[in-house]
Amino acid sequence: MAAYLIRRLIQAALILLGVSFVTFLLLYVLPADPVRQIAGRSATAETVENIRQQLGLDKPFFVQYARYLGALLQGDMGRSYLQKTEVAELILSRLPATLLLMLGAIICELILGLTMGIVAALWRGRALDQTLMVTSFVNVSAPQFVVSLLLLYVFAVKLGWFPIGGYGTFAHLVLPAVTLGILGSGWYSRMMRSSMIDVLRADYIRTARAKGLTRARIVLRHALPNAILPVIAMIGIDIGIFMGGIVVVESVFGWPGIGQLAWQAIQRVDIPIIMGVTLVSACAIVLGNLLADLIAPLIDPRIKLR
Amino acid sequence: MKRLLASTAVMLALVLPAAAQDYIPDPAAKPGGTITITYKDDVATLDPAIGYDWQNWSMIKSLFDGLMDYVPGTTTLRPGLAESYEISEDGLVYTFKLRPGVKFHNGREMTAEDVKYSLDRVTNPETQSPGAGFFGAIAGFETAGPGGLSGVEVVDPLTVKITLSRPDATFLHVMALNFASVVPKEAVEEAGADFGKKPVGTGAFKLAEWTLGQRLVFEKNADYWRPGVPFLDSIVFEVGQEPVVALLRLQKGEVDVPGDGIPPAKFTEVMGDPAQAARVVVGGQLHTGYITLNVTIPPFDKLEVRKAVNMAINKERITQIINGRAVPANQPLPPSMPGYTEGYAGYPYDPEGAKKLLADAGLAEGFETELYVMNTDPNPRIAQAIQQDLAAIGIKANIQNLAQANVIEAGGAGTAPMIWSGGMAWIADFPDPSNFYGPILGCAGAVEGGWNWSKFCDPALDAKAVEADSMFDPAKSAERLKLWSDIYMGVMEQAPWVPVFNEERYTMKSERMGGEDALYVDPVSIPVNYDYVWVKQ
Repeated sequence: MAAYLIRRLIQAALILLGVSFVTFLLLYVLPADPVRQIAGRSATAETVENIRQQLGLDKPFFVQYARYLGALLQGDMGRSYLQKTEVAELILSRLPATLLLMLGAIICELILGLTMGIVAALWRGRALDQTLMVTSFVNVSAPQFVVSLLLLYVFAVKLGWFPIGGYGTFAHLVLPAVTLGILGSGWYSRMMRSSMIDVLRADYIRTARAKGLTRARIVLRHALPNAILPVIAMIGIDIGIFMGGIVVVESVFGWPGIGQLAWQAIQRVDIPIIMGVTLVSACAIVLGNLLADLIAPLIDPRIKLR
Repeated sequence: MKRLLASTAVMLALVLPAAAQDYIPDPAAKPGGTITITYKDDVATLDPAIGYDWQNWSMIKSLFDGLMDYVPGTTTLRPGLAESYEISEDGLVYTFKLRPGVKFHNGREMTAEDVKYSLDRVTNPETQSPGAGFFGAIAGFETAGPGGLSGVEVVDPLTVKITLSRPDATFLHVMALNFASVVPKEAVEEAGADFGKKPVGTGAFKLAEWTLGQRLVFEKNADYWRPGVPFLDSIVFEVGQEPVVALLRLQKGEVDVPGDGIPPAKFTEVMGDPAQAARVVVGGQLHTGYITLNVTIPPFDKLEVRKAVNMAINKERITQIINGRAVPANQPLPPSMPGYTEGYAGYPYDPEGAKKLLADAGLAEGFETELYVMNTDPNPRIAQAIQQDLAAIGIKANIQNLAQANVIEAGGAGTAPMIWSGGMAWIADFPDPSNFYGPILGCAGAVEGGWNWSKFCDPALDAKAVEADSMFDPAKSAERLKLWSDIYMGVMEQAPWVPVFNEERYTMKSERMGGEDALYVDPVSIPVNYDYVWVKQ
């Protein structure tokens, strides 16, 4: 187990190194000059050159990358080019909002997805099952931008049940969490359905039925706990799925998380922020996957970590 | 100092326009209240030496003051922290008398040392100020560094003398720029790189709260040196709000001014509803949208071709694409800019005439070229209209739809034959005609990385521009504006640009906002002049 963990952590470090290299390279070859963005349109050529030198952007790629990496290893993510604020501070101040949104989204997708999956499995092959599976397909494919604006329009503007974007109270959390949750519920309902169908076919369910137990007791007491575990283990992987959605959802709902930060930084070619957010999300995805793998054998003893 | 004044007996004492000094705020205005402004993007910085976007410009204006200022809602200069000023006869020495008793938000009294420190700081290359170039006329600018600017001298605690290396008619405008704001040395040094988040100035408001990514709160500066203002107790800036969402919240009464304006998709709806349209204030803007024709790339090196393109573009139709939020342009300067040439008709929309010009240039069969455009709405749609207009005279323009930074890069490098300026168009930094020339039409901007994307450089016009900018004497103002008008007419003769339209500003406000309309389309403070607006009830 310890050896496994060490190997996985080394792998994780290598993945992060790779991500940092590729992102840095992409930002380097990008035909957009961050110095021009900082210097503004009235800057003289000298000002532009002077800023370029101070930021070390006149150096060759590998020197720049080595410098960035060196600082990073000492815990220094640099300062934003335009805001001049420390990147670590910018990310830390926004991380709680993103984590809260993710938590809300996970709860939401579990409730929606698991319910849909269980119901579909129990009514397998019937109209209800097909309706639910088509719905889950729509949920997975619906663009987050459209879903978020639709929810915002109906529930906040027309019905006035929730505030129109913003942050602070539970009511603010509902719509963005539901938007993200709808996407996740698509995956969960399908996985829950097949997991449930597998379990319902198992011998011990037939035994339970033979014992004359009620259908409700069979489903809730015997089938569900076994069917749900592998699905729950997927939560770690969710983080990766959410990362893309968060940029859109946070922008629409004015949710002050790191997705919004990333979006603004990309528009302003603010390289230190883009790098920082990319690495933090890559970290989250790597850790999430690791966690999912570590939980798996606890749930299903047949799985061995090697 | 006395000696100096006495010896230069020919000192040109300038009488400041009395009307400008006595701007009377709305007599009906009531103090108190809080307003909410929304923005999509987080505020980048509130450091006056760094901030240079339309979001933080007016915020910084309310937190800081410079020696000069503008009469609210106009482009007329008035003194700010300077009580009065004198210009020497050769136009090279500006002596500013400071207003006594002005206090920074930290309670300390502002002195001439602070003025010098602020100008030294903004021109010090280490500060990385995007506005440093504006101060190029001050003596010692080339060698500015940690040692400061040799041209700025403290005469006594309330007198600053600024010596220029060349006369600069725009110098007083430069001193009204945010970049010239007076900052207290101790606060800047204490905050270090974080001064942009912990601003301390002399302005009408002070920063009370800044929650990154969420909101900023400005609080009234009770000790503000201008009596009676500001009226508002506080201003809340909520960031991270999509313009469409901000509009919905305004309709529900939760927002007072959507800082990013009315979203294009909602424009027709808002203006079609009399109740909402009544709350929209329309005004001119110091803005021109244009197409650059790169004079170094054939066939745009031929004057006939550039004229033909000018005659091929249907500007009326393009303004319709943006719901008529602009007026067609015929010259580089916008109509609300001093120096605008009245009565000039520009190139007519005449596709047949354009074809003839192309034939004269030996291009009767037309040619193929590239049109660069920024990839956010409505710019790609405008580019398509331009493409169709050009196709009508036989020019096949392939559209290069790119992110803003990439278009700017191609423009600066001089590799783009044609660029539609939308999204990156020129908006004046200060209301003076010279601001539309140097960086975008003069030789200085026609360098690698410069903003003169036509790479147009006419030394004769440049010489005239230098001449105009040396006419510092306000008495010669009319003559100077005439000269600028001639320069822009000279530019039009050589047609390096197709001026397409001048955008109008549409500021929407909630019902409870008070104050004259001019404050909501203030040419300098966008979206509103926070110091003078007030709330009813």
